[in-house]
Amino acid sequence: MDFTEEQLKRYSRHIILPEVGGKGQKKISDSKVLIIGAGGLGCPVGYYLAAAGVGTIAMVDDDVVELSNLQRQIAHSVETLNVKKADSAKKTFEALNPDVNVVAIKERLNSKNILDYFREYDIIVDGTDNFPTRYLINDACVMLKKPLVSGAILRFEGQVTTIMPHDGPCYRCLFEEPPPAGLVPSCQEAGVLGVLPGVIGALQATEVLKLIIGKGTPLKGSLLIYDALGVNFRKVKVPKNDDCPVCGKNPTITDLTDLPEEYCSI
Amino acid sequence: MAVKVKIPVPLQRLTQGKEEVEGAPGTVIALVEDLDKQYPGLAERISEDGKLRRFVNIYVNEEDVRFKENEKTEVKDGDEVSIVPAIAGGAV
Repeated sequence: MDFTEEQLKRYSRHIILPEVGGKGQKKISDSKVLIIGAGGLGCPVGYYLAAAGVGTIAMVDDDVVELSNLQRQIAHSVETLNVKKADSAKKTFEALNPDVNVVAIKERLNSKNILDYFREYDIIVDGTDNFPTRYLINDACVMLKKPLVSGAILRFEGQVTTIMPHDGPCYRCLFEEPPPAGLVPSCQEAGVLGVLPGVIGALQATEVLKLIIGKGTPLKGSLLIYDALGVNFRKVKVPKNDDCPVCGKNPTITDLTDLPEEYCSI
Repeated sequence: MAVKVKIPVPLQRLTQGKEEVEGAPGTVIALVEDLDKQYPGLAERISEDGKLRRFVNIYVNEEDVRFKENEKTEVKDGDEVSIVPAIAGGAV
């Protein structure tokens, strides 16, 4: 595809960067990214990727927009209250950039449907609010060897990491097991500073674009921790775990299974 | 001098809101137990029967202790220790 005059203008600040150029912008236009969760994290990730011209963006979310979401979920508005979040985000992103094809998937991911959805996309972005889905996404990405950009937030703290399956650690190498219910407070109980997912989501979107254009160093083998109150960014090393149950030498998890819902406490 | 320990947000209610506390040098598990004396309840959240829980990591100067000597990893004066639990919020 050749760029139109309008597209050359729209993406001119990208094209002028030697690291991106016309070639990089073409890669961005040809890429397909699937984002799980059209909430605090999914909104800014999808918004920036739409602005950047990512060709196809899938938004996976079965929830509807509520008033208490609008403190941080910037793709939604009072106009889309009670509308499915995936549809609301599609409307916003396509208004920003009609070049982008936004696919609204208004379903919950489970062990049966996840591989079929993921197979169609180049990069997966995790912006979910619960551990069962987080581990399911990780395992599916390991099985399909799909790059995964993972982000999580709570109160004033956020975590980001990029997972390149088999070429670095996965989420289970980092945290072998999800915490049992009740041991970690949920966002609903604990609250979250509205701008925090903006910071973490922008970092995730940056990782996605770097992967697409193939420039820079991905946040692989490291966990970036942002503490908004102390204004600290810390990076800790995440080694690949040879005993990892899903990507280790002798994996014990070879099939996808759904964790019980009570793990959903966060 | 002592060991500086970064407390993650979900555990800060046990440390009266402090994001950094100090503990005595020694093994990681001894440090956790020492912190528990100052901030009761902390050890239970991080460890169980002297073993670190599998959804909480401890880093000594950015190195994950699981890939060193785990609970028995030595922590010296001046080392920086981070406690990092899995968190999952995002879409709620």
